Parts: sequence; C-alpha cells; structure tokens
Amino acid sequence: MFPASFEYVKANSIRDAISILSDDDDAKVLAGGHSLLPLMKLRLAAPGTLVDIGGIRELSYIEDKGDHIAIGALTRHHDIEHSGLLKESVPFLSYVASLVGDPSVRHRGTIGGSISHGDGASDLPAAVLALDGDLVVEGPSGERIIKASEFFIGFLETALGQGEILKEIRVPKITGGWSYQKFNRRAQDWAIVGVAAVSVGETKVSLVNMGSVPLRAYATEETLKNGGSIEEASEKASEGLQPPSDLNASAEYRKHLAKVLVNRALTETLAQ
Amino acid sequence: MTAVETSSSERVTGQRLLRREDPELLTGEAKFVDDLAQQDVLHMAIVRSPVARAKIISIDTSAARAIDGVVGVYTGRDLKDLWQQPMPCAWVVTPDMKNPAHFPLAVDSVNYMGDAVAVVLANDKVIASDAVASIEVEYEELPPVLDLEESATDKVVIHPELGTNTSYVWALEPDNAKLEAAFSSAAHVVKGRFVQQRLIPSAMEPRGLLIVPQPYGGEYTLYSSTQIPHILKIMIAVTLGISESKIRVVAPSVGGGFGSKLNVYAEELLAFTLAKKTGKPIRWMEERSENALATVHGRGQIQEIELAADSDGKVLGIRANLLADMGAYLQLLTPGVPLLGGFLYHGLYDVAAYSFKCTGLFTNKTPTDAYRGAGRPEATFAIERGMDLLAHEMGIDPAEIRRRNFIPKEKFPYSSSPGLVFDSGNYLPNLEMALEKVGYSKLREEQFQLRSQNSKKHLGIGLSCYVEMCGLAPSKVLASLNYSAGGWEAATVRLLPTGKVQVVTGTAPHGQGHETSWAMIVADRLGINPDDVEVLHSDTSISPHGLDTYGSRSLSVGGTAIFMATGKVLDKARQIAAHQLEVAPEDLEYQDGNFSVKGSSEKKMALGQVAFEAFTAHNLPDGMEPTLEATTTWDPPNFTFPFGTHIAVVEIDEDTGDVKLVKYVAVDDVGNQINPMIVEGQIEGGIAQGVGQALFEEAIYDESGNLLTSTLAEYLVPSATELPNFELGSTFTPSPSNPMGVKGVGEAGCIASPPAVINAVVDALSTFGVKHIDMPASPEKIWNAIHQD
Ligand SMILES: Cc1cc2nc3c(=O)[nH]c(=O)nc-3n(C[C@H](O)[C@H](O)[C@H](O)COP(=O)(O)OP(=O)(O)OC[C@H]3O[C@@H](n4cnc5c(N)ncnc54)[C@H](O)[C@@H]3O)c2cc1C
Repeated sequence: MFPASFEYVKANSIRDAISILSDDDDAKVLAGGHSLLPLMKLRLAAPGTLVDIGGIRELSYIEDKGDHIAIGALTRHHDIEHSGLLKESVPFLSYVASLVGDPSVRHRGTIGGSISHGDGASDLPAAVLALDGDLVVEGPSGERIIKASEFFIGFLETALGQGEILKEIRVPKITGGWSYQKFNRRAQDWAIVGVAAVSVGETKVSLVNMGSVPLRAYATEETLKNGGSIEEASEKASEGLQPPSDLNASAEYRKHLAKVLVNRALTETLAQ
Repeated sequence: MTAVETSSSERVTGQRLLRREDPELLTGEAKFVDDLAQQDVLHMAIVRSPVARAKIISIDTSAARAIDGVVGVYTGRDLKDLWQQPMPCAWVVTPDMKNPAHFPLAVDSVNYMGDAVAVVLANDKVIASDAVASIEVEYEELPPVLDLEESATDKVVIHPELGTNTSYVWALEPDNAKLEAAFSSAAHVVKGRFVQQRLIPSAMEPRGLLIVPQPYGGEYTLYSSTQIPHILKIMIAVTLGISESKIRVVAPSVGGGFGSKLNVYAEELLAFTLAKKTGKPIRWMEERSENALATVHGRGQIQEIELAADSDGKVLGIRANLLADMGAYLQLLTPGVPLLGGFLYHGLYDVAAYSFKCTGLFTNKTPTDAYRGAGRPEATFAIERGMDLLAHEMGIDPAEIRRRNFIPKEKFPYSSSPGLVFDSGNYLPNLEMALEKVGYSKLREEQFQLRSQNSKKHLGIGLSCYVEMCGLAPSKVLASLNYSAGGWEAATVRLLPTGKVQVVTGTAPHGQGHETSWAMIVADRLGINPDDVEVLHSDTSISPHGLDTYGSRSLSVGGTAIFMATGKVLDKARQIAAHQLEVAPEDLEYQDGNFSVKGSSEKKMALGQVAFEAFTAHNLPDGMEPTLEATTTWDPPNFTFPFGTHIAVVEIDEDTGDVKLVKYVAVDDVGNQINPMIVEGQIEGGIAQGVGQALFEEAIYDESGNLLTSTLAEYLVPSATELPNFELGSTFTPSPSNPMGVKGVGEAGCIASPPAVINAVVDALSTFGVKHIDMPASPEKIWNAIHQD
C-alpha cells in the first residue's frame, strides 16, 4: 500500500522543527515511523507534511540526574533495552522495552514516538505511567513539564499542543519491586492485555489495552493503599473500564485477564 | 534403505548436501518477478469490491483518467468481448457440477470482498494506486451468504442463473449395505463435528507478474510468480484464444506458493489482454492485503465423521460427510480439493466399510483452492480426532487404539475400502519410535502428577498418525476423477561436450530445492560430482513439457523421470564406449564416471570423453545419432503413501487459557530420502504451518462479509518464537512404485500437525469434560471451554 502524497522536511534542531510545526497544522513529526507510517499506508492518516526529527542527535540520550533518569525522546527501544544505566536503576523499563514488537521494530521505534502516539495498546506509555514519570515538552512558547498521568487524553490524543514536541522523559530510579505482565499470542504482537506494577514508595499499577488510552488502575492502587490484599486489589483491576472487543479478545475476557495479570504483577512486585 | 542402482562408490543421495539455491536467496541476489528490470513498462492496479455481494450500478473512472500518468482505465464492460471463455476450472467433479461464469473483471455484480471490478494502467505504480483510489463505483448491496449451512438452504442464491448454491454433491459409497451392517453391529459409535477454518496461504512473496510483448511476431513472455508455468501457458492459450506457440511463461525465483500459486488468476489474463491491446510491457505486484483477498484461500469445511467400532475398539466402519466452501467462484481446482481427501477418511487404519460424501457450496467469500495438503490435512484431522474420541469413550490409551487398528504390515500392498492401493507401509514401528522419542510413559506420569496436585498448569499429549497419498498422479486415475489433465512428468538429461550434465525438468520449484536434489539424483546415477550437473526449469521455452509442482509430486514423478532419463543416457554412453574400446557393451563396468573393460585396468574411458565423442560424432557405431541426450516422460503407476506419527505436548494455563506448545516429535516415513536435510526442512515448515492452523490462523469475516484479517497483524502466522525445537526422526519404507523407492514429503508436516496439537489441547482439558475445540484453539476459546459447564 502506498500513502497519499506528502511533503517531507528534515529538521536540524528542535527549534527548527517547532517553527515548521507551528506554522502548519497539517504537519506531523516523524520519529521512528513505526506507528505513523503504517497508518499512512493504510490511509488512516494523511498529513500534508512530515517533519523528520530523526536526525536531531541531541534528542537521543539516557542520563543519570541523581534523583531520576532522563531519557531523550529519540532514544530507540533497543537502546533502552540494553542501557547499562537503566538496567541498574530502572530495570523495569529495560524489560518492558525488550518486549516491544520484534528486533527491527525495537531498532527503529523511539520512546518519544511511542508516548506521543499515546496508543492504549502500547507498552512504553503504560510503563511510564506506572513509573509516574514526567514528560518534558517544548513548543513555540517554551518548555513545560506534563505529568505522565495527565498526558493521555483520548484515543491517540495527548496533551501535546500544536507545535509542541516531546523532548525528554524523566523516570524515577526504582528501589522496590516491579513487574510487567504482557499477555499475547505471538511474541511480536501488541499486548492483548498488559499490566505494569512498580513500587517506588507506594505501588502504582497501569494497564495496557484496557481502554482507548494507557490507564492507571486507580481502584487497585486505592485498595492496596487502604490495606487490601492482593486478591482484593486484583478484583478491582478493571473497575469502571470499558476494554475493547476485537479479534484477539472480547471485553469480558480482557476484564478477566486484567484481574489475573494484576494479581500476578502484584504478587511478583510485592515479593521483591 | 533398500539398494537403489548407483554408480558411485560413495552414495551422493542420502547426504545432507547444502542447498545450491540458498546463497543467492540469503544474500538477496535471487531475482523475483518484481526484481526483473523492464523499460517502458506500464503498471497495473486493480479496483476491488469493498463489499461481499452487490450489483454494480455505475463506475465513474473520469477522475482517474484525468490523473497525469494514467494511461488507461478499463471496466469489465470494456473488456468482456476480448475474453473467449470464462476463467478456467479444470476439474468438473460431477457431470452436473454448477460453475458460474467467472471473468477476470466483474461485469454486473460482485460476489466477494476483493472481486476485481476495474483495472488501471499507469506509468508509475504509485500513480496507478492513486488512480484506483479515485474511481467511484456505485454498488447496490445485496445480502451476502457467508455461512455454509445457510448456503445449503438456498434461502439466498448467490448466482441466480444456477438456481442453487450447491455446486455439486460427490459421493463415494462402495458398499452401503456393508456400512449399515458395520454400524448396526457396532459396540461403540462416536461422532465428531469439526470445523476446518478458512486459511490464507500467505506465501512470503505475494503474487506478481511482468508481461513483455515482443515487438514483432505477436509473441508474449509472461514472467509470473507461479507454481505452474506449463499449465498456465496452456490455460492462457485456451482461455484467450492466443496460439500456444506465441506464449512463453517463465517463473523466476518464486517466494513460496503452498498451492496458492497453483492457479490461473484474473490478473494474469488481464495483463495478457492489456498487453495485447496496448502493445506495452505490463507489471503488476500484489500487495499484502490484496493477497489476503484476491489469492485463493485454503480449507473451509464443516466435517462430520462417525466411527463404528467393536468392543475391542477395532473400527468397523466410517462415514464422513462434508460441507465444503467453494467461495464465490470455482478457480482452477476448487471443487476437487476436498475430494483429494475423500479416499483417506479411514487414515492408516484397516477399515472394511466406508462412505464419504461432499457437498460443494458457494459463499460470498474469496474462492478456495489447493492449500498445502489439499484435502488430506482435513481428512487426517477428522480421523485422528475421531480416533481420540473413540479412545476416550472406551477408556483406551490413544496410542493403543491406534495400534489395534493399523493396517498390518502383511497386508501391503493394501486395497483400501474406498478403492486405493496403498503401496507400502509399516506403521507400528514408526509409532513406537515416536512414543519412545517423546518419552510417552514419562509424560503420562507427569500429567498424572500435575492432575493429582490440582495444578493450574495442564499438560496435554496429542498423537496423530497419518498416511497421505501423494505423487500426483497416475493419469488414468485422474481421468476417472474427471480431472482434465494427466499426471506424468517429463525430464531430459543431456551430456554437454565438456562432460558436464544438463538436466531439464518439468517441475517448477518455488522453495523446495529441486536444483540440489535433482543434481544429486543424476550425480548418484552417473557417479559424478553433483556440482557438474546443471538443472534447468520453470521456463516453457527451455523445458517445453511439464506439469509443474504441487501435491508432493515432484520427486516421485519428476525425480523418477530424471532417474530414468539418466539411465537411458548411460546406456547410450555404454554403447559408444564399447564401440571405441572394441568390446561388447556387457564387457564394460561403469563406476565413478568411468567405463572400464572387466578384468583390465588399462582399457577405460571417462564419461566426459564419451560425451565429447558423442558431440564430434567422428566415431560412433553405425546408425547411431550424435549427441548424448535422453528424454523420459514418466507416468506413475500409482500414488505413493508416506506416513508417520507426530506427537505434540502442550501446556495450558487454566487461569488465562494460554496454550504453549512445549515439545513436538515427528517420525516420518517418506520412503528413501535423497537429501535428508531438505526432507527435514519440508517437515519443519509443514509442522509450523499446521501449528498455525491449530493455534493461530483464521480468515475471519464479519457479518457483512468484510475480511477482518487482511494484514499480518490480524492474520497470525506463527514465527520461530512460538514454536519449540522439533525433534525429528525417520523410518524408511521404500515405495515399490518407482525405482528410487521415494514417496514425497512436501505436505506431510501440515497434514500431521493440526490433529496432533488439537488432540493435545483436548487431552489437557479432558479433566474439564472438554471433548473438542475448533481451530484455531485461541486462549479465549480455551478459557471459555474451561469455564463453561
Ligand atoms: C510490527 C510492529 C509491531 C509493534 N509492536 C509493538 C508492541 O508490541 N508494543 C508497543 O508498544 N509498540 C509496538 N509497535 C509500535 C512501535 O513501538 C512504535 O515504534 C512506537 O509506537 C512509535 O514510535 P516511533 O518512533 O516509530 O514514532 P512515529 O511512528 O514516528 O510517530 C508516532 C506518532 O508520534 C508523533 N511523534 C513522534 N515523536 C514525537 C515527539 N518527539 N514529539 C511529538 N510527537 C512525536 C508522530 O507525529 C506520530 O503521530 C509496533 C510497531 C510495529 C510496526
């Protein structure tokens, strides 16, 4: 399949990209292209201009900032999977990245692209939610920080405004336990349901593919905070949620899986 | 292995020679059809129906015509006068079979999502694709028929001119009285109803073609990603009324077919028609999603099988009844595919009474046709599930029920109740070897342990014993089945002046490694190095005669033709050598490429020398024709009947329904083996494909007839990460039907594996009272089965 025709611009710097984007509301950022290009080929997206930020080297890094780790938006899944720093300080994130798609996807896809895309079925947005991370964005009117828990708004819709680019992802170092449960039929596939649990102080739990956006399992977290058991907390896994029904799973089965996987994730996390 | 005539001191056949095809494939140098350079070529793209069934009210092509670079836009109405005949179906299975006229482009109505309605020619493929998107077709949608049982009711008739959705009813009822007696005297009767879901063959390379009209003479060269260059050539000539002598068909490197490229497709006929009309070369490459819609699907059956058994579990009679999904039209072999299994619903068991009936039905879906195994995986699934149902009902171990029913070794050649003669077989040692290899009794113990601990992990062990009929086919048998071609294969073996050998074969390899295996056969027979043998194929101007590659026929039919032609060449060479060495031909020995006079070490002549003498023709026996070359056309006297035992072990997670294939053992008997590594490759790929059917793959349509699984994100082809290491073994029971004792291996893996896996899944779930799970056994289906009461 071929995408509809479009203009292509290679951005040399973040400012450069921002200025093109803020002048043209039909322009879109191109990072690894592994979410955007498939949509364009299916003609589900037809941006007039692609602003390729792939060449902006200073957007790819993983740095120790003392109390947190800072990750440049263009860092590839492969680099997150294999970073020594992350394996030591946030092994959870390396592990999640290792389960994204297949090796070729992990060599192209970027963490910034995955989060900006905001797909409820993706692994990394849920991981950053469970880490309660911060997202640094820059736009025509400067820089701002958005909490991951406030970033995902609707189906493929985020808090990024026109002309804004996600620059950096900040995640805390993990001191307690963690777990990521990805349930799928083939290793290369998206999660049918995924559950991330991380203990940094208190335990945070997020869900993959249980709704139109990446979700925090607040009811589960509340139950735990109020001294509920793992059993009780997992029973609340899908409270108030309307998971999708598709070829891989009905909504009802997804709700059941969420319970089982939250139970497993919490058991693993709290045992550490 | 039995001895086969050879002239090498060291056998070439039986060795694990690396495939000579692989370097160019692995380095990306191989030329597939889309890699062939062509100047001044037009790109073809097809407008396809987005709906399952509709009347075409109007087609507006004006926007497309206005696009810069668009050269032509044609609808069915524009082209219909150029087609002498509808698209071919070569298998009229009953005299009254109903076959709707099917043209390369729909004219008045569309009958499946993907049906072609218009065609664009443009200077560039992206422009062609934009033009397709700009064409407006107005449809008046009609209610589609999607379900087989609903189709059989004729409440909605898809092709009104036929008056019914039933294409044919084909029955094989050798002795009904005997069958009735078997069932009425039976101590046990078990019944199964199984769905063979539709599969999308998903060859790695979709279809594609390039047609090049020659500037003068009215000749055309068609390069097509096809399994059947020879058959395609004849069919194009007949369907389009073009002289066969003006058509050359070439299959370049072909990236898999699995039966889906054993067809004559609309695009091939369209490209021919338009090349003739425009005088220009035309290229078309199928897109992946287009492949899911416009290339034939496989399977698509509802099977009912009944087994009658005596109190020892000995099967007395079998009754099989199928509804088979033809899809919207009959393609080349559509109606015959289920019948290829019709003789094998008793598997490798000695069953005296038998009946088989198949009703071919139209639906508003992509046409079905041959898909790896074609009819035999379905038959094997039904009988092997049936045997497990019987074992379960009687409380007998699944291995034991099979032992009790095998056709005993002494009965070969075995005349089966449906009327075949099984060439050779020795089933019991094959089963025992597989049981031993998998550690059967230990696994059963482990299963018992887990169950007694009330574990949430459930272990399942599934057996599948199979026999298949391959080596298509004795021409006379095909005649009795109303198939409109023969089943022979042709080969020419030619010694070149320098002593190198050229083999021309009518087989059309598309991944099977024929170049390697055929060279090994010749090298073995001539006592020379396989590197000195060149194999030519898949070009009708180089290899004019052939019936191509499908149905595990290439080795047992095509390879035998090569073996025999090589023998003829050797006979002639012997006469030349005898003449020159001035002895009688009988006085010559032949070994390792040299003729020598018995009892004398001096008087000898190398084969290469003989070849040169045959070329110069300076000193040949009186009356002998120059050059050293022979042709054989081999029509096999019978099918061949490979067999084997596959055992799958699965683990099921009770909480999620997740199923993991954890161990897989296959012991196959494909007769003598030419290259065991290639045999293993065929078996492994086949198993993976069958596991795909058992656990992952299904062409899913919604209630309006939209195909929902049109990309590889939804149509779940398994990869290596989903599969354990297969543990393979072999037994060797040569076929008496050909001189090399070979049987064929192309389809065995995917014939055996689906029932092995499903038997394992059902075995794991038997403690929940589960008796059957339809394929693909997805986690959700399994979870539902566990939790229903
Ligand atoms: C076969 C396949 C399998 C996959 N499997 C998985 C899987 O199992 N799990 C999973 O989580 N993902 C999976 N993915 C998706 C993959 O992880 C993508 O790479 C990722 O989701 C998007 O990252 P990208 O860099 O490719 O973004 P792109 O496709 O380039 O962009 C995605 C979107 O984000 C925007 N964007 C990108 N970068 C920025 C930025 N810095 N600031 C603002 N906007 C930006 C783009 O404009 C676009 O809208 C799979 C993809 C494929 C093709």
